[in-house]
Amino acid sequence: MKALVWHGKEDIRCDTVSDPKIEDPRDAIVKVTSCAICGSDLHLFHNYIPAMMPGDVMGHEMMGEVVEVGSGVNGHLRKGERIVVPFTIICGECDQCKRGNFSVCERSNRKKNLAEKVFGHATAGLFGYTHLTGGYPGGQAEYLRVPFADATHIKVPDSLTDEQALFLGDIFPTGWQAAVQCDIEPTDTVAVWGCGPVGQMAIRSAILLGAEQVIAIDCISERLGMAEAGGAITINFMEESVIERLSELTGGKGPEKCIDAIGMEAHVSPSQPDTVLDRAKQMMLLENDRPHVLREMIYVCRPGGTISIPGVYSGLADKIPLGQLMNKGLTIRTGQTHVNRWTDDLVRRIEEGQIDPSFVITHTVSLEQGPEMYKVFRDKQDNCIKVVLKP
Amino acid sequence: MTYLTNITRSEGDPKVVRSGPSSLASSDRLARGLGWFSLGLGLFELLAPHKITRALGMEGKEGLVRAYGAREISSGVLCLTAEKNVGLWSRVGGDAVDIATLMPAMREDNPKRDNVALALAAVAGITLLDIAGAEAATVRHKRSPGNRQQYRDRSGFPKGLQASRGAAKEFQAPRSSAALRARSSAKAA
Repeated sequence: MKALVWHGKEDIRCDTVSDPKIEDPRDAIVKVTSCAICGSDLHLFHNYIPAMMPGDVMGHEMMGEVVEVGSGVNGHLRKGERIVVPFTIICGECDQCKRGNFSVCERSNRKKNLAEKVFGHATAGLFGYTHLTGGYPGGQAEYLRVPFADATHIKVPDSLTDEQALFLGDIFPTGWQAAVQCDIEPTDTVAVWGCGPVGQMAIRSAILLGAEQVIAIDCISERLGMAEAGGAITINFMEESVIERLSELTGGKGPEKCIDAIGMEAHVSPSQPDTVLDRAKQMMLLENDRPHVLREMIYVCRPGGTISIPGVYSGLADKIPLGQLMNKGLTIRTGQTHVNRWTDDLVRRIEEGQIDPSFVITHTVSLEQGPEMYKVFRDKQDNCIKVVLKP
Repeated sequence: MTYLTNITRSEGDPKVVRSGPSSLASSDRLARGLGWFSLGLGLFELLAPHKITRALGMEGKEGLVRAYGAREISSGVLCLTAEKNVGLWSRVGGDAVDIATLMPAMREDNPKRDNVALALAAVAGITLLDIAGAEAATVRHKRSPGNRQQYRDRSGFPKGLQASRGAAKEFQAPRSSAALRARSSAKAA
């Protein structure tokens, strides 16, 4: 079969690989009908997150048709069923899964020893996202083996198209969780840093959850345009001061809720000198992440407010203003998305027409065009915001 | 390399059989090559400046050669990152500085004048390669200034923006899977 394979930094290839096979009775094989390139795939593209190996299949946003099930799937999933595969692999039985903390499933990471050394405790297995999270092949491929398939799936109603359902596996619940973690109240201003796909979903989620005002911060005009269409007031940080503008929009009090949909790769610009220093340290392997957004959020957030971080951070970050964080009494909530905790509800909301996540798709191409689209997406060329691949 | 890593994969995982087209363009590979060259040259300049100054008849300038070595290393590191165009243009700037430093050594009384001429020719050749690489990398990774779509028709709310404000404010986060299941069953009933 064809698959997008990681060969090294900025080197993704559309390779011919062997077909996946069932290994465990709880496995299933899915014929992928749609998959997408996620912003967090770019961290792997840039080799910022350790423990990728040449030959790893990329991708953690995918859906398709079940073509084979193991004997242990026990009727939870049948051949021919259409499913979205959540990016977090879950056993559905461990203590964490029972609590709904699916992204920290205790059993699905098959390289637990490695993860425990790095994180202290292992987190869930993830598709196509390094050997720290199990080294599971991803879904930017024609076929995908889904471990623990009896629990790791979201059934798709016939009424939904692939484009409407695909993002249930990651970016929609990620944006939703980011907003839910803010405990939004009707008088709240929610500021969202980053108008990439997760930022766009977080903006819409905050609107649905009833925020009084949503403010979107980015420097890419097409992303800001899309954010505005979703109901946000926009700030282009290359043209105006984020701190001054946020102060102006909140009567000098600052936003109550702040969402970091950027993560470890903040835009590097001399107008934000800390980003230049972070980038230099990153190159010298003295720091993993560029936490400019986190610093700015802690500074501008209203005392007693909440900071929600769906953006991916990989390791160590410097100069986090803990004094401001502590003295302002801010709450930080973060984590990989507990996808299945939200999806029943989100499927219903899509079916009822509250939201149609397909709005974010700007490019639909074949799998063979995938390697080039990584570059187009990374360089934000051709007005690209979200790429869907059709194997 | 993939043939080696294939050995470590489990039986049911896909293994690379044949490699296809890559996201790396020739300009990216050129930047990578020049980056490694910069690192090698920089290390040599840092560790053995005497050999260079002796070969060029520029004894006494070892400190300067070391500084150029540090400059080469930083350019090399940049060429190997996503900001390769910055690294390549910094190499072009470095080439100009190298030429300006070598020119005075072409004086008649320098017994190593021939070596200097050779070095100048080499730097000139590398400069051309650096300029070509920097231009190609800039073009490949630049956001074209053309039409910007604003996507102002993409609200994502089929019922319209106003009708969607607060449409989910009844939502209460489930505390556990058990609560989640209970809620789903209640809805189904």
